[in-house]
Amino acid sequence: MHTKNRLAYWRANLRLVAICLAIWFVCSYGFGVLFVEQLNHVRFGGFQLGFWFAQQGSIYIFVALIFFYAWRMNRMDKKYDVHED
Amino acid sequence: MTLQALTYIVVGLSFVLYIGIAIWSRAHNTGDFYIAGRGVSPIANGMATAADWMSAASFISMAGLIAFLGYDGSVYLMGWTGGYVLLALLLAPYLRKFGKFTVPEFIAERYYSKTARIVAVICLIFISFTYVAGQMRGVGIVFSRFLEVDVTVGLLIGMGVVFVYAVLGGMKGITYTQVAQYCVLIFAYTVPAVFIAIQITGNPIPQLAFGSEVADTGTALLDKLDDIVTSLGFNQYTSGTKSRIDVFCITMALMVGTAGLPHVIVRFFTVPKVRDARLSAGYALLFIAILYTTAPAVGSMARYNLINTIQPGEVGSADGNLAYDERPGWLDTWQQTGLVRFDDRNGDGRIQYYNDANPDFAPQAADYGWEGNELSVDRDIMVLANPEIAGLPNWVIALVAAGGIAAALSTAAGLLLVISAAVSHDLIKGIFVPHISERHELLASRVAAAFAIAVAGYLGFDPPGWVAQVVAFAFGLAAASLFPVILLGIFFKRVNKQGAIAGMLTGLLFTYGYIEYFKGLFLKWMGSPWGENVAEHWLFGISPEGIGVVGMGLNFVVAISVSHLTPPPPERIQHLVEHIRVPRHFDEDHA
Repeated sequence: MHTKNRLAYWRANLRLVAICLAIWFVCSYGFGVLFVEQLNHVRFGGFQLGFWFAQQGSIYIFVALIFFYAWRMNRMDKKYDVHED
Repeated sequence: MTLQALTYIVVGLSFVLYIGIAIWSRAHNTGDFYIAGRGVSPIANGMATAADWMSAASFISMAGLIAFLGYDGSVYLMGWTGGYVLLALLLAPYLRKFGKFTVPEFIAERYYSKTARIVAVICLIFISFTYVAGQMRGVGIVFSRFLEVDVTVGLLIGMGVVFVYAVLGGMKGITYTQVAQYCVLIFAYTVPAVFIAIQITGNPIPQLAFGSEVADTGTALLDKLDDIVTSLGFNQYTSGTKSRIDVFCITMALMVGTAGLPHVIVRFFTVPKVRDARLSAGYALLFIAILYTTAPAVGSMARYNLINTIQPGEVGSADGNLAYDERPGWLDTWQQTGLVRFDDRNGDGRIQYYNDANPDFAPQAADYGWEGNELSVDRDIMVLANPEIAGLPNWVIALVAAGGIAAALSTAAGLLLVISAAVSHDLIKGIFVPHISERHELLASRVAAAFAIAVAGYLGFDPPGWVAQVVAFAFGLAAASLFPVILLGIFFKRVNKQGAIAGMLTGLLFTYGYIEYFKGLFLKWMGSPWGENVAEHWLFGISPEGIGVVGMGLNFVVAISVSHLTPPPPERIQHLVEHIRVPRHFDEDHA
């Protein structure tokens, strides 16, 4: 039972990491590098969207991702009863 | 009060503050010295990490680099921030749970091998010395420019200050000085940026001004910049010249390299809990992002400002260029430092600034009567001269000097500490004198720190060729050697001693060899680099700056293959891995 719990916790963690890293990859390498020219046809205020992702947007998303991960992991730690204190 | 006197006062006060903090937070034992007694709050650690991370190069050079590179500069912006996501999700919480003092110590225990520890220490020392030499150089340069002392004198003063708080305070002293240094440097960076944003677009927030219209024109700043730079023969600001694969690989090498840098990783050993390590990475990146999202805005505005000053009228018209006699004062000040140079090649008494290396633009330039670019501008000036160009008061200029010094000192101190810990904890205690007493180990770490400062000072005074290759060498090696084995150590139980050592050596030797081949690092005295450093000769079109990604891939492949061909790690290692994967044990583990 306990070993099963431990595996379930680790799998849930890996799933969350995979989702976050997919977003991380798409917003920086996808929008900022690989598809930057296509996105540059879209205007975002005074920016071309691809350029904005490469020099601003990707960084904001990185910050948000880490806080999101920290928040979800805290909840998950409690759910599986592995939280500290 | 003169600018120089004011600068002396501001920089002097900042030094008093740092040394005061160091005395208040002296290290009493090795736990204090290596990891600040594990008592740093997540927010304080976030600030300390940000100051640790943002070097003289981030503060002084990055905005200027982006100003001249345009879109291609994005590799630095994404590359030097995205690695924190990897750290927070893949490394920091687990290494914190492991709960020891150094990165090589983790590698030694996880791979139950002293050889692995020594290989890790070698990687760490190369990476950190490459990096720290540049910081010491940065300290010397800032001193010499703002305080008008010799670069060597500046270097010695910088070494003295770092010596006091790194040797006395260890990680504890460094952490709280870094918090103060973050405050100084971020204030010094954003104040001029806000003023320039207001001047150019009327919007006080640089990140928004970046995408706003230039005041009284109705055209967006970036569109206007694209227009002007292309009319002078330069490449469009918002599109790049590097190949897609190279941009991809450099960005990846910088991100993974960031996550593999020992002085960054070790910061997450200093917080009390696993959940603090995750949260702290978020704060660190938030504090870093304040500078990193301002820098591209400063870059574009500074480029616009510069060109507008030199080219006030229509391109090609007789009086379109600034007459040298009407030049602004900052041009004179910075000409004295050699950062700006003017040479009136066509003798018309006006300054022409354009891209004379562009063959397509040459006929047009000849038509205008231009005989070559007449103004050369060092990229560092974009931040250093910004307050003067924007006409800001002297105290802002003094503050920029203090900010540049804070950025360089904080990074240097963090690096020196991981070097000293690697020597005293990993080599002396871990390998040569296992039974050393706590008191003697603390003494050894202080001596090692002092010795590391002396070596770093020497490297900064007379930099050998390899220290100039920070981007390729330090990040490439961190990405190709340390990052993969740490990651595998947490996520793949099957990877064993043989795999880790083979993987690290493969990544290290391949990456080093490729950089050596094109750039010439240690073997330069034997002649020029072997290979001509041009895209046609690169492997898959990847420059030496991005090759760490291939080294990382090789490390993963070799480590996993060798592990499967050799016996699995012992049972206790499997338990160790399970132990670090959860913040607190399940109840069964206590039974």
